[in-house]
Amino acid sequence: MTITNKIVTENLVLQYSDGTESLKDISMNIPVNSISVIFGPAGGGKSTYLRVLNRLNDLANVTTVSGKAHLYSESGDFIDILDPNLDVTALRRRVGMVFARPVVLPMSIRENLTYGLEIAGVRKRSLLHEAIERSLNQAALWEEVQDRLDDPAMELSGGQQQRLCIARSLALEPEVLLLDEPTSGLDPISTGKVEASLQELKKNYTIVLVPHSVQQAARAADYAAFFLQGKLIEYAPGNEMFTTPQVQQTADYIEGRFG
Amino acid sequence: MRISRIKPESFITWLIKFTGYSAIIFVFLIFYFLLSEGIPVFGEVPFKDFFQVRWYPIEAYFGLLPLLVGSLIVTIGALIIAVPLGLLTAIYIAEVASPRTKEILKPLVELLGGFPSVVLGFLGLLILSQYLREILALPTGLSALTGSLILAGIALPAIVSISEDALDTVPRSYRDASLALGATEWQTIWWVTLPAAKSGVLTAIMLGIGRAIGETMVVLMVTGNAPMMPQGLATFVNPTRTMTATIAAEMGEVANGSTHYHVLFFIGIVLFVIALIVNVSASTFVFRRKKRSERILS
Ligand SMILES: Nc1ncnc2c1ncn2[C@@H]1O[C@H](COP(=O)(O)OP(=O)(O)OP(=O)(O)O)[C@@H](O)[C@H]1O
Ligand SMILES: [Mg+2]
Repeated sequence: MTITNKIVTENLVLQYSDGTESLKDISMNIPVNSISVIFGPAGGGKSTYLRVLNRLNDLANVTTVSGKAHLYSESGDFIDILDPNLDVTALRRRVGMVFARPVVLPMSIRENLTYGLEIAGVRKRSLLHEAIERSLNQAALWEEVQDRLDDPAMELSGGQQQRLCIARSLALEPEVLLLDEPTSGLDPISTGKVEASLQELKKNYTIVLVPHSVQQAARAADYAAFFLQGKLIEYAPGNEMFTTPQVQQTADYIEGRFG
Repeated sequence: MRISRIKPESFITWLIKFTGYSAIIFVFLIFYFLLSEGIPVFGEVPFKDFFQVRWYPIEAYFGLLPLLVGSLIVTIGALIIAVPLGLLTAIYIAEVASPRTKEILKPLVELLGGFPSVVLGFLGLLILSQYLREILALPTGLSALTGSLILAGIALPAIVSISEDALDTVPRSYRDASLALGATEWQTIWWVTLPAAKSGVLTAIMLGIGRAIGETMVVLMVTGNAPMMPQGLATFVNPTRTMTATIAAEMGEVANGSTHYHVLFFIGIVLFVIALIVNVSASTFVFRRKKRSERILS
């Protein structure tokens, strides 16, 4: 059986303890092996939505999450992401995340890449090395760092650090990759490299991307969702969304006539 | 206009220079005094006599070894107790405790740090030593162990509050990054948060050591004050005598300019050298870390 949707969310509502309702009744499906883009103005709940999908909100001051969030595997089975008894570490290995600012851990490049695997119990050097080379290649970084794997990761440039963060997630071979404005601190060339590798990656992974601009959204999107103040305003295939948006608010935002 | 502005400026510059230089001059004066009172000892006591195992100045036995060993045992014992305990407490406060517990614990630790240490020494003398004597069935409760325990109590607040600060300044994003890779909260603390706070934690430990070494009166109160050479494991529960306590106890009654007097100053020089070595090695270590963390920021 092949699945069409990797993640299904229905009537997702999330409230922070200060009373802000950051997600209001979000229902959307994330299709498998594609790039789904979530865009919209600041404070719209984009990051919050991503952090629901790998339960990173667990440690934040969230009071209530309700609704449905299911993660499907190839076989058609699914797990309930919001299940309080779920093994979140296992979930996070299946649903990787890359943040807006590159956060390399204070260790060597190699250790950054093997950190997740070693924590998952992988000890075999050959396996670890395989994962390093594969993930660096996938993130278009292998050429630049293959000779300096044992240097501190902090010594890389910002753009290289961000690609290292992507590689670090990929080393775990997740099924879903969540990217929260992964290129917001990068120069156009690095941005181009990251976008190109995403197009390559979507063949094997399901990608959810919060872009740092509407242009990037239009370039990358197979599917696009417009978030406004915690609500899903419109959700459509990318080529329709950015040419013929159905809702006035979406059109205004895309054309920069917002507010 | 111009001239009237330059005058106070140059005065302030002069004042700052003066205070800066006088601080340096004071240090040199102290050092000079220490040397001038301590150096004559070399004409009076053969150098190898310092390596005797007996300290009994009245009969001119000036073996420094028991004092040195006493200082080491009490200080190292204190660190063995205070460092792990302090670190775990800091981790608990910074990473595990609920915001409300944190709000109570932090000022409490700081309060403990402001406690006059003599009061702690007093408690050690009256209460702790009694307990230790009964529980361990010792002839006396005044021992190296009592000293270490009380010193640990004195060093603990500094270690806790400074390493807690260091852990607190580790960006939230590091933890998120580690958690997002499937690490548990404890794995994250051990592999990411603690290493990221390393230089601050080291500073905390060094300051803790500093407080422990600097404490004289308390040690004098609770260690039993018998300069004895180590005798296996029993060393820890035997009375002992540190270098600082020796100076404090004997300086008052020694004849000015006598050999004993010079030896006490010589002990001061030894302490000075030890403190110098500890400080220099600590700061080079911390400094090396700093350079790397500066790179993090750039
Ligand atoms: N930890 C938190 N506690 C309370 N409120 C929060 C928290 N995190 C986010 N919020 C609020 O939730 C809303 C959505 O925030 P979110 O970060 O998801 O927006 P976003 O769409 O990612 O915005 P941006 O484009 O600026 O990244 C905002 O109103 C924000 O103030
Ligand atoms: Mg965001």
